[in-house]
Order: sequence, then C-alpha cells, then structure tokens
Amino acid sequence: MMATDETTRKLEEMVNSIYSMLSSGEIPEISMPSRSKENIVLDPMLSVWRYGDSTVTRSGKAVDGAEYMVKVLYMVDFIREMLKESKSSTLREMYYISEGWNLGKFATQDESNLMAEDLEVLSSLLREDFKLRPEENGASIMGDITIEERTRKGEFKKINCRDDVGDGGYGIPYSVEEDKLRIKDVNAKFILAIETGGMFDRLVENGFDESNNCLLVHLKGQPARSTRRLLKRINEEHNLPVYVFTDGDPWSFRIYASIAYGAIKTAHISHYLAVPTAEYIGITASDILNYKLPTDDLSDKDIAALNAELKDPRFQSEQWRDEIETMLSIGKKAEQQALAKYGLNYVTSTYLPEKLSDLTGFM
Amino acid sequence: MLFAYGTSMPPRKATISEFREASISEFFEKNRHILGFDSPQKSLFMIVKEALDNSLDACEEHGILPEVKVSLEKIEGDEFVVSVEDNGPGIERKQVPNVFGKLLYGSRFHSFKQSRGQQGIGITAAILYGQITTARPSQVKTRRKEDDVAYDFVLGINVKENKADIHSEKPVIWDKPHGTLISIPAKGKYQVGKQSILEYMRECAVANPNATLTLVDPDGKSYEIQRVTDVLSKPAIGIKPHPLGLELGDISSMAKNTASSDVLHFLKDDFNRISDKVAEEILSSSGLSGNKKPSELSLQDIKKLSEAFKSVKLMPPPTDCLSPLGSEFIKKGLKSVYEENHPSHYGKPVSRPITVYNGNPFSVEAGIVYGGDLPNDQPVRVVRFANKVPLLYQPGACAITKAISEMDWRQYGFDQKGGQGIPYGPAIIFVHVYGIRIPFTSESKEALANVDAITAEISLCLRSLGRGVKSFLGKKDKRAKIYEKFRLVNTLIPEIGRKASEILGKEVPNLESVISKIANVVFVTEQFRKVADGVEIDMKIINYTRKNISMNLIADPPTGDYEGPDLKWEVKELEPASEFTVTFSLKGKIPDYPGTNYYFTGIDPVRVQGAEPLPADFGTETVSIIETEGEE
Repeated sequence: MMATDETTRKLEEMVNSIYSMLSSGEIPEISMPSRSKENIVLDPMLSVWRYGDSTVTRSGKAVDGAEYMVKVLYMVDFIREMLKESKSSTLREMYYISEGWNLGKFATQDESNLMAEDLEVLSSLLREDFKLRPEENGASIMGDITIEERTRKGEFKKINCRDDVGDGGYGIPYSVEEDKLRIKDVNAKFILAIETGGMFDRLVENGFDESNNCLLVHLKGQPARSTRRLLKRINEEHNLPVYVFTDGDPWSFRIYASIAYGAIKTAHISHYLAVPTAEYIGITASDILNYKLPTDDLSDKDIAALNAELKDPRFQSEQWRDEIETMLSIGKKAEQQALAKYGLNYVTSTYLPEKLSDLTGFM
Repeated sequence: MLFAYGTSMPPRKATISEFREASISEFFEKNRHILGFDSPQKSLFMIVKEALDNSLDACEEHGILPEVKVSLEKIEGDEFVVSVEDNGPGIERKQVPNVFGKLLYGSRFHSFKQSRGQQGIGITAAILYGQITTARPSQVKTRRKEDDVAYDFVLGINVKENKADIHSEKPVIWDKPHGTLISIPAKGKYQVGKQSILEYMRECAVANPNATLTLVDPDGKSYEIQRVTDVLSKPAIGIKPHPLGLELGDISSMAKNTASSDVLHFLKDDFNRISDKVAEEILSSSGLSGNKKPSELSLQDIKKLSEAFKSVKLMPPPTDCLSPLGSEFIKKGLKSVYEENHPSHYGKPVSRPITVYNGNPFSVEAGIVYGGDLPNDQPVRVVRFANKVPLLYQPGACAITKAISEMDWRQYGFDQKGGQGIPYGPAIIFVHVYGIRIPFTSESKEALANVDAITAEISLCLRSLGRGVKSFLGKKDKRAKIYEKFRLVNTLIPEIGRKASEILGKEVPNLESVISKIANVVFVTEQFRKVADGVEIDMKIINYTRKNISMNLIADPPTGDYEGPDLKWEVKELEPASEFTVTFSLKGKIPDYPGTNYYFTGIDPVRVQGAEPLPADFGTETVSIIETEGEE
C-alpha cells in the first residue's frame, strides 16, 4: 500500500501528462498494456501470468478515446477527493456517484469497474490505494488460524477462525492487507479452497478441517481479490500448500486458473494475488469417468468456454489440454456434490484422501 | 373469349351464343369465385369495388374531380343495401338498361384502353348477385348535366335473355347537377380491418388523391377521406387493338362487329399499326382475299390472320395512351394516407418507361415511405395497385409480391432472412402496374400474373426505391458521424482540458491547435428538439480552421412545414474558433426528424463538414430518366 499523498502524486502525474499534451498542441492520448487474453505472458521468475508488451492507445482523435479520458479524469478527481477526506467507497457507490459526472458518467457498473482496474494498470497502484472496495462477497474461512482484524472502531480484534466463529466460518473482509488483517497463528498443514457453499458446509459438518488439520476456504464461485490475496498471504507467510476443489466444468477450470496463474483482468497484479503452487484436486474429467459420477450434458456455452480455454495461454500444459479435450469428448460435466451419490461421508472418507495422496501425479 | 379480357386465363372454348343459351344465373352461381363473389365478406366488398371503380373511371374520363359516397345499410339478418353515389357524368337514360342490365355490355368492350373497371361485367354481376341472394331489384338514379331531371330506375336482370328487367322508371328531381347513385340489396357480411371496404377506400385514396371518398358504415359511422389535390388525372386514351395483343376470339368478335365491308379495310381501319402496305403483306401471307366480308371469315380464316400478324413486321403500339398516376399523385397520395405514421422519408417515386408485353403497352410506377412510427420489426407493408385499383386479396399469388420477395433487400438496409421473402423494416412499398390488358391470375383481378416482362419492370422500380432508402439511411448515418465529430471538438476535448486543469490547479490551456489538428474544417451541424407543434432546429457553423472563412448556406428540411424568410444565409469572414448560429422551426407532426440537408456555395468543399456542395439543379423539380413520362 502506498501512502495517501504518494497515491495523489502518482495520479496527478498521470493527469499532468494529458495536460502537457494539450498545452503543447498535441492530441492527448493514453497508452497502457492491452488487457486481453492474447496479451498475457508467463513471468518465469514468479511463475504467474502477467500482461505482455502489446499496448492499447486511446486517442483524443476519436470520440471513444476522448470520452474515455474524460471519465478517467473524473474518476481521478473523485479518488483525490476521497483521499483528502479519508473516505472510501464501494465500486458500486462510485458507479452511482458518477451519475452526477455529466460527460464522465458511466453507462454500466462493468464499465466503471473496468476503468478502476485500468487506473491501477496506468498508475501501478492498487484499488485499495484508491479507497475503492468491492462489496463483501461472503467468502469465508474455517480452521485453526488466528487473525487480528482491525474493526470499524479502529481496534484489532483477535479471532480464531474455528473456535470463535459459527459454522459459516470467518467472513473474509474486502481488504486483507496488514493494516486491516494480521495473521497471528496458523495450525494447519494445507488449505483446501472450495468452490461451492454446499460442499464447504459438507466438509465443515464432517469436521474435515479437524480430522485433516487443514483450513477450509469457501471461494464462492470466482474468488474475489481479497480471497485470493488471503490465500496468497497464508501460502507465502506460512508455507501452506493450496489445493483447489471445484465442480468439474469449464468455469471451475477458470476459477483454478485465476488462483494459480492469475486472472486475465487482473494480470497487472498477478504477482500479488496468484499462488503459482496451488494444485487442482478436481472434479476432473477423468474423475467423472473413474468415479462414475452423475453428470449433466455440456451446454453450447460450456463447449464454447472449453474451446476458448484451448486457446488460453494459461491452459497450454499437457495435463490441462488432456482434461479439456476429455471433457469435450465425453460431452459431460459434474458438480462437486455429485459425490453424494456414494453417501454423505464419501467425499471426506474416500474421495479427498485419495485425491490428496495422488496429487504428486497430477499437474 | 368473354372472360379472357385482361387476363392470362386460357381462352374459353364457349362462344357467345352457347353462353347465352345456358342459364346465366346458373353460370354465375357456379362461377361466383371467378368474379370475386366467393364469400359473404367479400361479396359486399366486391359490390363497392365494382361501383367505385366505375365512378372513378367515369370521372377521370370526363375531367371531373371525383366525390364518391359509399354507404351500407343493414336491412335485416345478413341483408344489406349497398349504395354508391358519385358526381360522375351520369348516364343517358336509354343506356341505363344496357349498362346495368346486360352482362358483357359496356362501352369498353371493344375499345382498348386502360381502365379500372371490369370489362362490361362487374356492375351487372353485382346486381345479379344481389338479385340471386335477396330476390330484390336494384335502384339506379342518374342525371347528366344536360338533362333537367334525373331518372330513377328499379331494375333487375332477366337472366334468360341477358337484358335488364325494368321494374319501374320515372323522372325525379335531384339537386345534384350530375351523377349516379346505385343501390344494390345483397346478402353479405360487413367486415372491418384488413381486406375491408374502408381499407379499399383508403388505398383508393392513395391512387386517387384528387378524390373525396366517404364511407358510411352499417352503424352509421362516417369516414371521409378528403382530396389533397385539385389536379385532374390525365385520362387514358382508347386505341385500336394492336394485332399482337389479340386472342383468336377477339379477332373473331371484331370481325363480326366491324363497320368495314371487306377484310382489307377491316385490317386497315380496325387495328393499330396496320398500314396499307402491312395490310397487303398480311393478306398475302394469310392467303385471304381482301374483298371478303369480315363477317364471313371462318375460324380457320381467323387463325390464318392471327398467324399472318406474327409473320409481318409491326410497329409496337403507341405508348402515350396510358394514364399513370405520376410522381406528384403518388407523393400526395402516400402522404395523405400514411402521414399518420409520420414517416421520416418519402422516397422519390419512380416510374419506368412504357414497354410492350404481348402487343399491349404497360408500365410500372412505385413509391415508398420509410421510418417514423412504422414498426421496425414487422414485414414491410406492400400496397399493390393495378390500373389505379388497389389489390387487397391474394397477395401471395401476385407478381408484385413475388418481385419484392425475390429481391435481396439487405443491401438496402432492410432485414431479410436469407435475402429473400418479404423484407422487414419500417416501410410501406407502393407499386402500381398499369396498362392495357395487363395480365391477372383470374377474372376477379386480384393478383397480377407472374409474367417475366412485368416482374422485371417491377424489380427495376424496387431497386431504385431501395437505393433511395439506402442513401437516406446513409445520409442519416453521415449526419450522426458529423455530429459526433463536432461533439468531440466542441465538447469532449474542452472538457478534458477543463477537468485536467481543475485537478492540477492550472490555467486551461489554449486548445485551438489541438482542435484544428483533429478537425481542420468548417463544421455545419444542428441540434433539434421536439416541441408541441413540430421541431426547433439550432443550426451552427463553426470555423475550426485557422483562417477567416466566408460561405453561403442553404437549408433544405426534408419534412415538416416551414414558414418564414428563406433558409439561406451568407456568412462573411467568420473568424477561427467562432461560430454562426441560427434557429428555425418546422411545424407538423415530426416524431423522427431525419435531419436537415445543408448545401453550401462559395467555399472549397474539402474544408466543410456537415453540408454538401449545392447541386446545380437545386430548387428545380429534380428530373431524371426514371421520372414519369407524359406528365403535365
């Protein structure tokens, strides 16, 4: 995290470059790395995917480019004001506030969210530096880890994420940086990151965290930044391996990829969010066959997503290509909870122990 | 060949005398559908159509601006009285029994002439239909301007002898100086909506913008469609039949009825384009003697004549005998009837030169209205006309529908699945095919037969309409782009400058050089807003170049009514970065104003955006080769 005045200085620097172009009679423009699937490359040092060298330039010559610049300027101004007044806002609040920005008004919240990320890329700062935060998304953690969270009263409160919380676990806050969350004590051997709430609840009920001495993290679908950041911190600071347990469908593969390799949208901060050593437990396409799981047919959208993954640079390893091609050839997908076919305890007594002991062979 | 007139039906084998021997009533009963009386709904419609077509024909022929009132009165159950009253020339008293009481009478029987009505069968068939279904006679009241009184007939049809059965006839006082009223009792069903009498009259108004048409429906509700022009339509001219346009039966009946005493004169006098020399050629080719009496020609002789017609070189028939609607009528007709949809574009009507099919001249004219409130997601509406008569039935069988369906409209900005079928878009397409003996699929004349020569002409008209829509859409697009560019330099770039300076707490930089880098031109642009009675337009000329400019500008609003000083401005020495602004307003219902056309003179065209160089023919009615011929 940057100090507030440092953040302001960096943002003003950006504005100044536009101003100087205008005052020297040049058509203003903004360049930044292209944030597309085609422009992510593997960082060999960090083993995460980040943006490559191709850039996008938005020029004041065109209406789109000029509108973009107007919006960037309004957003920068808004952030500056918040920093000055020590306020913060959610991304959604900012979207609504932009109603009053006249020419800088956003058409959709997707547009404003994307621009907040663009601003991170442009300024090499983090959204947290801008005092912009997402909504709470309900991701949670359960297991023997003790943290201190700075509450709204400004005091640090100590919480053990197994003993001090209910069965829902400890709710992961929007920021898990040191000034908000300190990791005090971890008594576990690994982290199991779970896609669906149903499976998380099953593992909690079966006491999997205690019997296997691990931390259970509910990803709640595609994990939010803070969830990924927390995985990264525990992984780095306490050397816990991360295992990802999802449904067996193309979207789950993407969940894993965003944890292990970094997401395309946030490739500028992959080094800060991704856990390159995270491993995928399943459900794999081979699990569908080996465990004879109940399945659904792949929809047209699923098939399109799998085909897109075949072209995604992050899925080019032989294992992934095999998995994706197998899924395409059987034309089926399965949910985590399909394991219940063999009884409620099957996942904890048989499936997970088998998969965890196999792991060295997969990936 | 009685029923072959104007149709492409195979020639009937029956002769007139055979026909007369059979019971006409029985024949009619069996063949109702051929004449269009095939359902209760359609029967009332057919009666109105026959009478109205005749009224409009008569008015046109006599140079009268038509005023026709149609009323339907419910008697009991499914019995109605259909009355049609016109201000036409009236009918001579002694002709009334012939005109209304005799199938196959009619002054047009032997004339070759473009007309709306059936060839001497329609109105009598309507009276006969009434007589068969209600056992009651019809009433005819008529007065010519040279007569002091009107004559009021009650008449039916003597089906055995094919003549009028006059129940009563009396002179009466009628305050109308001239005109005809016919009332026919008939069984039927009154229908509203598509294929209804009102729809027919509305479409009649499109083709006859100089007519005032009134309908009083069985509930007493009245609809009046007022004329929008006082211009008379040009009457069609009767010509002698061209030899190549005749069936054997036609020639045979001409030979029986001719005033010529020998075949040579029969050929020379009764046909078009047969000169002395050609007549001799025909005689020698057919081996017939020129001295023979025409009435003595056998069927074999007629066949020889017909073969001989094909073997000699004949000039095509004259083409000045037709009566097109003309682009003014089409424009006015479409505007008066479809204005309620507030179209944003009235296509320039197109007319094809007259061509000859089977020895008969014909032509096609067409128009289109586009945009406004017309639905975007529906098939375009097609309004078909033949000889100024709307065709409401059997669209699927019609050559006009076929020509539209076979054209790829996607290239003109319409939606069309796979490039065929009726296209989708906010448009009404108007097509009028007119000529002498144009071919229909049946005697009820509801659909034009698919004849290549005609379909090809229709297609050429449609293409031209399509191009018009495309260029309209293109202009609209271009205007939108110009406006965007204007917004860029006029609003967005200054806003970037203002906001950046505000954040940095610096002076707003001078943006002139950036702006002239982006757009080194003079912009002509407008913004308009809807007001209660029309639109208000703010027009701006802004000089983004680095020199003073001078120019003349003319505004040409494509729709709405403008009153006030001419929309012409002279701009002198407009300085860089300064603007010239004018506001003017257009009256009328204009829900979708397409933007004004701006034209300039006196400045290098490459330095202007948002206006076009003034065309050399601006202000004169645009003339092109596809414009209607023979208009006043």
